[in-house]
Amino acid sequence: MNLSVKLGSLTLQNPVMVASGTFGYGVEYSRLLDLNQLGAVVVKGIRLGPVRGNPTPRTVEVASGLINAIGLQGPGVDGFIKKYWPFLSALKVPTIINIWGTTVEEYAEVARRFDALGGVGGLELNVSCPNIKEGGAQFGTDVKLLAGVVRACRKATKLPLITKLSPNVVSIAPYAQAAEAEGSDALAITNSFPAMAIDIATRRPKLANVTGGLTGPCIKPIAIKLVWEAAKAVKIPIIGMGGIESAADAIDFLMAGATAVAVGTANFYEPQTVLQVIAGLREFMQQRGIDDVRKLVGSVQVAK
Amino acid sequence: MLERTVQIVSNERDTDLYFRLVMRAPEMARDAQPGQFVHLRVAAMRDALLRRPFSIYQARGDTLSVLYKSVGKGTDVLARMGPGEELSLIGPLGHGFTLPKAGGETPLLVAGGYGMAAMYMLAERSPQRGIVFAGGRRRVDILCEDEFQKLGWDVRVTTEDGSYGEKGLVTHPLIAELRRSAAGRKLFACGPTPMLKAVGKIAEEFKVPAELSMDEHMCCGVGVCLTCVIPVKTTDGWEYQRTCTEGPVFDASEVMWEMPK
Repeated sequence: MNLSVKLGSLTLQNPVMVASGTFGYGVEYSRLLDLNQLGAVVVKGIRLGPVRGNPTPRTVEVASGLINAIGLQGPGVDGFIKKYWPFLSALKVPTIINIWGTTVEEYAEVARRFDALGGVGGLELNVSCPNIKEGGAQFGTDVKLLAGVVRACRKATKLPLITKLSPNVVSIAPYAQAAEAEGSDALAITNSFPAMAIDIATRRPKLANVTGGLTGPCIKPIAIKLVWEAAKAVKIPIIGMGGIESAADAIDFLMAGATAVAVGTANFYEPQTVLQVIAGLREFMQQRGIDDVRKLVGSVQVAK
Repeated sequence: MLERTVQIVSNERDTDLYFRLVMRAPEMARDAQPGQFVHLRVAAMRDALLRRPFSIYQARGDTLSVLYKSVGKGTDVLARMGPGEELSLIGPLGHGFTLPKAGGETPLLVAGGYGMAAMYMLAERSPQRGIVFAGGRRRVDILCEDEFQKLGWDVRVTTEDGSYGEKGLVTHPLIAELRRSAAGRKLFACGPTPMLKAVGKIAEEFKVPAELSMDEHMCCGVGVCLTCVIPVKTTDGWEYQRTCTEGPVFDASEVMWEMPK
């Protein structure tokens, strides 16, 4: 049975990864599960310098979901390399580094730094974080800006490039096509959905940042539709994510057109989810005599 | 840190909305240190996806227990569970209290409501006894007073409505005690944030060391999501640190109560 898939030049032993921002830098979960079973580890977003992040409260639980406004707190490139790279580079599975900046130049510089590091599995361009005033989503909701970021990063590195798209657009197809045209090797769909919650007793927003990004099982059907639309528009592989907490959820994404999937919010409440998804996917294929996971990709049958 | 499916041994009402949950969790009971917590998942609940953190109350033989207040979607379901039913636990987690040393500072424990839970193992394992200041709004908010007395601690109760013990805030008898004598004493506190802030200020005023177990909203519990951060002083300014990992127990002198500009 073949579970391996390719994202550009990057080969994954199976199509199940974790979503950036929900798995720290890998090491935190290494005592609870064997990271070498994963398709890839995807670390939290990193820009050039350290980032303090937003004031608290930073997350709020809602029906079947979570709204977060962490603000990409992180150690910056140097801090990450010093503190986390020794652990990550010793893993047998690839590490994909999620990168961001407030200018096109910063994205490219971060890409160059990780290109020079050696041993990085790939870079995921975060052009879709809803919780950062500058950078983040502004690049993901303007086709020209998006194209510029991907172009600059493509020039800066030969590493596999994944563009993580924003769901906050009228149609995702032009964004998917722009990333593909500028040399992105894959797409990650989707980031979180802009959202808000109010404490009715105090009449205050439940997040210090007022608004945040909604993730978790409640976004899955919307994410599936975005993957399906993007898959029709491009030839490059798509990593589908949004509310996956079981193998059935993952297969849903594969059938919609995703080549790989990522487990996100579920890591927070059930760290074994990613391993359960891999085992369940294998079982699903075995029961149905499917010998290659790639046969599931885009296999949804829509009547013409 | 382990993740285990554990069985409920007992889950009984203590007072009012407070419950004592005892679980069979031999490895976690063995590893637990005073001030640490467990991250508990009730079951797959659609409107309460996340785990809930609880201070470890007692670790005895194969069992580990927590005290909780039934206040919301997660704890209401938990309160209806019984012996034999299963829960998912991650723990023990976090950086706990520094155990007092024999012949060292005399420990003064300050607890608000179920903050008492986080204090028990400290009281049990401390080589020297001291005073426990237990405060709550009403009589029903005073938990496990007997258990601390059995360990040989002097328990001083305050309630805000005066229904039990001295009327007023838990900090009042603490201040009175420190006025009598502050030298050679150390504070350990767990409770609501306003109480912790008051204890922090008292420690500063009387120049006594203090360790505070901070109560923040948590999500992953293992240092990944960066939900539970508080601003902490560092040598070159301040940074957000994680209550679940660098905490929940912080040195009072490091905690910043006002957000820096």
